[in-house]
Amino acid sequence: MSEPTRLAVRKTYKLFIGGAFPRSESGRSYVVHDAKGAFWANASQASRKDARDAVSAARKAFGGWSGRTPYNRGQILYRIAEMLEGRRGQFIEELRTAGAGKAAATAEVDAAIDRWVWYAGWADKLGAVVGSANPVAGPFFNFSTPEPTGVVAVIAPDSPLLGLVSVIAPVIVTGNTCVVVASEPAPLTAITLAEVLATSDLPGGVVNILTGRRAELAPWLAAHMDVNAVDLTGAPADLVPSLEEAAAGNLKRVLRPEGEDWTADPGLGRMTAFVETKTVWHPVGV
Amino acid sequence: MSTETLTDAPGSNAELRAYLHGLPGVDQVGAEERAARLATRSIKTTAKAAAIDLAISMVDLTTLEGADTPGKVRALCAKAMRPDPEDPSVPKVAAVCVYSDLVDVAVRALDGSGIAVASVATAFPAGRAPLEAKLADTRAAVAAGAAEIDMVIDRGAFLSGDYLKVYEEIAAVKQACGDAHLKVILETGELVTYDNVRRASWLAMRAGADFIKTSTGKVSPAATLPVTLVMLEAVRDFRAATGRRVGVKPAGGIRTAKDAIRYLVLVKETAGDDWLTPRRFRIGASSLLNDLLMQRRKLATGVYSGPDYFTLD
Repeated sequence: MSEPTRLAVRKTYKLFIGGAFPRSESGRSYVVHDAKGAFWANASQASRKDARDAVSAARKAFGGWSGRTPYNRGQILYRIAEMLEGRRGQFIEELRTAGAGKAAATAEVDAAIDRWVWYAGWADKLGAVVGSANPVAGPFFNFSTPEPTGVVAVIAPDSPLLGLVSVIAPVIVTGNTCVVVASEPAPLTAITLAEVLATSDLPGGVVNILTGRRAELAPWLAAHMDVNAVDLTGAPADLVPSLEEAAAGNLKRVLRPEGEDWTADPGLGRMTAFVETKTVWHPVGV
Repeated sequence: MSTETLTDAPGSNAELRAYLHGLPGVDQVGAEERAARLATRSIKTTAKAAAIDLAISMVDLTTLEGADTPGKVRALCAKAMRPDPEDPSVPKVAAVCVYSDLVDVAVRALDGSGIAVASVATAFPAGRAPLEAKLADTRAAVAAGAAEIDMVIDRGAFLSGDYLKVYEEIAAVKQACGDAHLKVILETGELVTYDNVRRASWLAMRAGADFIKTSTGKVSPAATLPVTLVMLEAVRDFRAATGRRVGVKPAGGIRTAKDAIRYLVLVKETAGDDWLTPRRFRIGASSLLNDLLMQRRKLATGVYSGPDYFTLD
């Protein structure tokens, strides 16, 4: 008697909005191929209304997330790194399906986890490095501290895991919340990352991940009046000028790096790009 | 039932009871299904723009908190007159709804604007007070200048079958109102069944209500589409029976422009065009107005707006 064949349990890749995994409001999806050009999976194709819902979710989560102590945010980010480590094999498998060799895939996943841990450590240290106690001509203690900018729209680069974590971690570690448009050709790893985020104490809405057409979603996010900053790292070059113009509508902060090398030392630039400096004058002796 | 019977006072509780229980029962599944079906209707572009403006003009901008201050009421009145200070083409709202002791503040703030001042009365929201106190509350609000009175029915009496007491109370408050419009709050969240909603609607209309209103906003569930559907059917049938048009006001829990437009579809399909006016249909809300303004600005500018650009209350 032959072994009964198991029914294939295929994964449905959906969006990640407000801590839940909804399908696109539009009902659309698009086919993602593996390295050999064969069918891999269907990814949700988000619409502008999904982007709008994601911004609402991010705005709702902002107060709570930015109000946590940096130490607590660091702990939660470290918890995410633990979960990433637990799914190491799955990420390596996904990168290999996407075309990376075994050694390269392993190296990228390890680098991504290390990158996440590196940013997690910055949570309660950035304030000491970029903040300051200022000498002033008067009886005041005068402090400058970095404060999160708000809701950040992130157009993620095509590097499926290392690039993705390198743009998300620095945004949320300082207390921002974000709406991420995942890589158009490689969206599936982003949704697997969302599964990690959903199971690691990160409050719903702090990270929202959309998959779909960048050219369709990016302009709505860049023009959205309730978004405070945009990271154009993965935006198509021909779209960048119009996105910057749209972002000027409510004076969003815009990060527009070129030729990022994800394996290099990231520096503080991506964290300081999305913080505001708040200066407090506190009377001496009170 | 003849027209005379519907306009005459009932002789006894037994007669009223027999009449109200003689009303056809509500098909619960059917009502919910119809409300859900109508809620799926897609309203876009120019129709959406018109619906948003109509909805704004139907809003009873409401603040009913223990912490209300004269300053807050004045701020609300300023918003009622010019909901979006940057855009004079936004219509003003229908009315401002406050507690009876703040009516004079609202009346002064809205002087000459054409916006009515509505006041809740009769021991809102519980309605648990002696009739004399309820009438005194009503007279005080009318004397202070309220053009509309939102009263609550005695749900305890209604649920225990003492319909005549409810009827007489509504009739007495109606008399105390004088020229002011009377809105009768059924508090459908406490009436349990759609049959009770239908009976309470007919009871209130028979007793002289100018409007029937779903809820105080203090009880959950507040306004829902199926409940509003049942009430809209009641005013439609009451008009067919007597010729008198009674308005409907869902209140509580309506927070988004999408919700508001669903209610407008329901009005259009149930009671008809005659009710698509602030004189016959109102929406009791506070946070809804901001969402309507945000949607309106999205249509006008083509980009999504945010809550930062509108006043909080």
